Amino acid sequence: MANSRLLDKKVCLITGSARGIGKAIASRFAEEGAIVYANARIAGSIDDWAKECSDKNETQVIPVYFDVTDYVTVKQVIMQINREQQHLDVLVNNAGVVSYELLGMIQPDNLRNMFEVNVVAMIQLIQLASRLMSRQKRGSIINISSIVGVNGVKGQLAYSATKGAVVSLTKSAAKELAPQNIRVNAIAPGMIGTERLSAVLEKNFSERISDIGLGRLGKPEEIANACLFLGSDLSEYISGQILGVDGCTVL
Amino acid sequence: MSNLEKYDEVFMTNFQVSREQLPVLTYQSVSVWDSVGHMGLVASMEESFGIMMDPEDIIGFSSYEEGKRILENYDISV
Ligand SMILES: NC(=O)c1ccc[n+]([C@@H]2O[C@H](COP(=O)([O-])OP(=O)(O)OC[C@H]3O[C@@H](n4cnc5c(N)ncnc54)[C@H](OP(=O)(O)O)[C@@H]3O)[C@@H](O)[C@H]2O)c1
Repeated sequence: MANSRLLDKKVCLITGSARGIGKAIASRFAEEGAIVYANARIAGSIDDWAKECSDKNETQVIPVYFDVTDYVTVKQVIMQINREQQHLDVLVNNAGVVSYELLGMIQPDNLRNMFEVNVVAMIQLIQLASRLMSRQKRGSIINISSIVGVNGVKGQLAYSATKGAVVSLTKSAAKELAPQNIRVNAIAPGMIGTERLSAVLEKNFSERISDIGLGRLGKPEEIANACLFLGSDLSEYISGQILGVDGCTVL
Repeated sequence: MSNLEKYDEVFMTNFQVSREQLPVLTYQSVSVWDSVGHMGLVASMEESFGIMMDPEDIIGFSSYEEGKRILENYDISV
């Protein structure tokens, strides 16, 4: 296979890649020659897919099973990557949980859990990954935020707060890690037609679609393409940015 | 190279100090061992000894001598 691929032999860790956007990112990265450490939660659940994806793209897709909130295991996996590859080039923080609750109905336990997964775990992954990256003075970290984290939205206050935190932590990490030549950017997707979102939208689809300038939902592959750009050397001089990938959505 | 030699080497290369200065070296006692220098020290320690330190140990790594005790948490005796 041609070695002009954009991520040839780059070592990439992608969280939440069992389905939806994360799976699309892992597939796209493998197509571009990356050695992909694909994270999922249920042991064995992506073994078959990973093998298929490795064979098809003549690369390695290596499943790593952990919950992002389990710090001890996350650390072991980062050390595993270091042992096996001696470095890490790209981290995509994609794993996330979503909720839809009006202000008065936000349940504290849900709120805390969402912050644990979407924010605290993300910060810990950045802490650990950046220490590996700093050894080679090079790396790209991509955090998945959301258009609602940038603009706010009715009925998703708690979720939007976590995604707003992703925006600010991305900007701060970019500043702190720049001397190490580690770039940190975020992607703020609009409405992306994953199975999960399609199910949610079924009820009030026509009402929401009118918010999207391009008149259609985004595809997971379109988020993956933006990730590819930020993960590859094409974006070498870009850090601390929040890239909207939303088909010109106005909330 | 013994563990002690490796350990000393990390300090000497990161902070450009001589071996004689090491025993009394503490966080912020020299201008290069500031918070940024500290993260550089931690990264080199981790690389030299093949470990990853927990945040409480990174914070607790307050002197040349204290660092030796902290490495014991990772089964490394200096
Ligand atoms: N779809 C959209 O329109 C949209 C828009 C803006 C932003 N986003 C963001 O994009 C990211 C992916 O969303 P998606 O639509 O693809 O959602 P999804 O289909 O629900 O997938 C989320 C993934 O994250 C994983 N995950 C959740 N909690 C985890 C944890 N504690 N540890 C490890 N993995 C965990 C899930 O694992 P399991 O399979 O084990 O549950 C799943 O693979 C999320 O951060 C989301 O907030 C999505």
